[in-house]
Amino acid sequence: MTEPRSRGGWGKRLAPYLLSLPAGLWLLLLFIVPLGAMLVMSLETCSPATGACVMTWHWGELPSVVSLYRAQFLTSFYFAAAATLADLVISFPIAYWIAFHGGRRKNFFLLMLLVPFFVSFIIRTIVWEFVLSNNGVVLHTLKNFHLLPHGFHVLGTGFAVVAGLAYNYLPFTALPLYVALERIDYRILEAAYDLYATRRAGFLRVILPLTVPGIFAAFLLTFIPAFGDYVNQEILGGTANTMVGTVVQNQFLVNLDYAGGASLSAVLLAISLVGIFLYARLLGSRTIEQYL
Amino acid sequence: MSGQSALRDESELNSGRVATADTSKTADVRFEHVTKRFGDANAVDDLNLEVRAGEFFSLLGPSGCGKTTSLRMLGGFEEPTAGRIFIGGQDVTDLAPYRRNVNTVFQSYALFPHLDVFENVAFGLRRQHVAKVEVKRRVGEMLEMVDLPNFERRQPSQLSGGQQQRVALARALVNQPRLLLLDEPMSALDAKLRRQMQVELKRIQSQVGITFIYVTHDQEEAMTMSDRLAVMWHGKIEGMGSPKDVYDNPTSEFVATFLGASNLLSGEIVRTEGGMVSVATSGGVEIRVPTSRVPDLNSSAVKVGVRPEKIDLAPEGSSPTAGCNSLRGRVRVSTFTGVGNQYIVETESGVEVTVYAQNLGSQFAPRSGDNVVLMWPEEHTFTVRPLGEKTEINELEGD
Repeated sequence: MTEPRSRGGWGKRLAPYLLSLPAGLWLLLLFIVPLGAMLVMSLETCSPATGACVMTWHWGELPSVVSLYRAQFLTSFYFAAAATLADLVISFPIAYWIAFHGGRRKNFFLLMLLVPFFVSFIIRTIVWEFVLSNNGVVLHTLKNFHLLPHGFHVLGTGFAVVAGLAYNYLPFTALPLYVALERIDYRILEAAYDLYATRRAGFLRVILPLTVPGIFAAFLLTFIPAFGDYVNQEILGGTANTMVGTVVQNQFLVNLDYAGGASLSAVLLAISLVGIFLYARLLGSRTIEQYL
Repeated sequence: MSGQSALRDESELNSGRVATADTSKTADVRFEHVTKRFGDANAVDDLNLEVRAGEFFSLLGPSGCGKTTSLRMLGGFEEPTAGRIFIGGQDVTDLAPYRRNVNTVFQSYALFPHLDVFENVAFGLRRQHVAKVEVKRRVGEMLEMVDLPNFERRQPSQLSGGQQQRVALARALVNQPRLLLLDEPMSALDAKLRRQMQVELKRIQSQVGITFIYVTHDQEEAMTMSDRLAVMWHGKIEGMGSPKDVYDNPTSEFVATFLGASNLLSGEIVRTEGGMVSVATSGGVEIRVPTSRVPDLNSSAVKVGVRPEKIDLAPEGSSPTAGCNSLRGRVRVSTFTGVGNQYIVETESGVEVTVYAQNLGSQFAPRSGDNVVLMWPEEHTFTVRPLGEKTEINELEGD
């Protein structure tokens, strides 16, 4: 009698571990190990000639890459910040409209918002290159009507990079905002109007405070990947306005300076972690999961 | 939300607000031919209604009868398709919610989840730019009144349903509105708490002296608390008056069956003489009704009714007392309920009549199968217009 029951007990106790084993292995092999390898590599010294790396506990690499690529870090910061701000401004009204006025077709409107993002990231960015190019649809037409001077160009400017970033990361802003807005009970807004709130007061005192966690989640989800992005800069930014992501890519693939690339990545990771830590401290760690 | 086109800047708030006048016994709220159409359905159909100042008035009816829509039009959350609404003599039909001196206790309470109890209650005062010291004093007083002192810093999520409801009540009353609207505020509470809150609400109303308009589908709740009530069905008022008036003298078949239980027999008016109307029922028995209790003397087809607790049972062969109607029948079911007995009696014409007899311990208590005589005073008999063929009463019951 006790034999099968105790075996059942073992099975029960083991079940959660067995069930999480595939995901655990996956994370270990494809996330933890590479992350560890990257952190280890950032402390090594590599020979540019052979590419061989030796552990030298070279902590000085971290501050030195920061000071060496300060300009690129700053460019990344400004571009990512501008793109995030643009995304928040653009997607708030969209998310608001879908959440409060989408009616039964909310999911359809969300799908419409996401349809362009079924296309590969690179292809999308290359299409933008076409759109913004000097002889592209937009500039060519405007120039023909003499609305723009002949020498005007967008490609190869910071503006093109920010526009590309804003476009590519729009869903990461719009979706958390939508989730936050959609969860606001409309009756709470009615209660505010009932309690002498004007439309403006209703927005500032009720909708906005209830959307703050969503805004912060949107900010993190947009800013962090945009900060490390290099594709937009490569395709739309030309040779100027190098972002730190481009530097990392060059270190690894062009200069074969693995230690330098790994150090830069470690710094990028640290900056992102600070952002997430601040979010957790300010708004509670539970809310972040609700928006991811 | 409709009516928002009229929303203007906050600075206009104080100048444009409905003035609080004296609360004499005049009409405080008036609906004049108000209709609200959603699609091609009339939620509210040519409603005319007056509520007096200081009154506890209930709008009672099954879900979908238009009671909540009427309340929402009063609060400014819906715009009437036709008709005008007056509060204290002022036409408020086109006024935005924040320009009406009216506050609402919502069915779901709709407390602000990001604000604590103090800030929830203070919300309306802050929007009206009341001085800080004054806000603190009034919020404190109000929380005292709803029996929630020292709850200022709690979050709404930390409160029980009953406590949330008190906060919602305090949040509305702290603004000293001319009119308080309550939209099924007790529907989320359990039966015991509900009875407790009914008494509490009545106490608070007499304390503050504000006109309360209470929407409910619970007839007992409406009868317990209201000074007057209106029974609504299909967007129209089917009966209105004091709970006793409406209960004792229902004017329509719907009111007779929705508000308490009624025995209704189809019949035809055959004679009117000496202040009495004689109705011939299908079994051939004539039932006499005072003329004052026949809403429409011109229509011959009526239903004649009597409440189950008004009927006395007497042993077979008893002769009817003078001034009483009587029917003969046989007890089909007899159920003991503690406080009394409930009988279902089948009359000679095959109609089932329900009788409640109080358990006084001494009176005639027939068993099922016994032949009995049903008797009730003529003045407790009423007639109502029969419902049309198509309209079934159960049509709108439940959700």
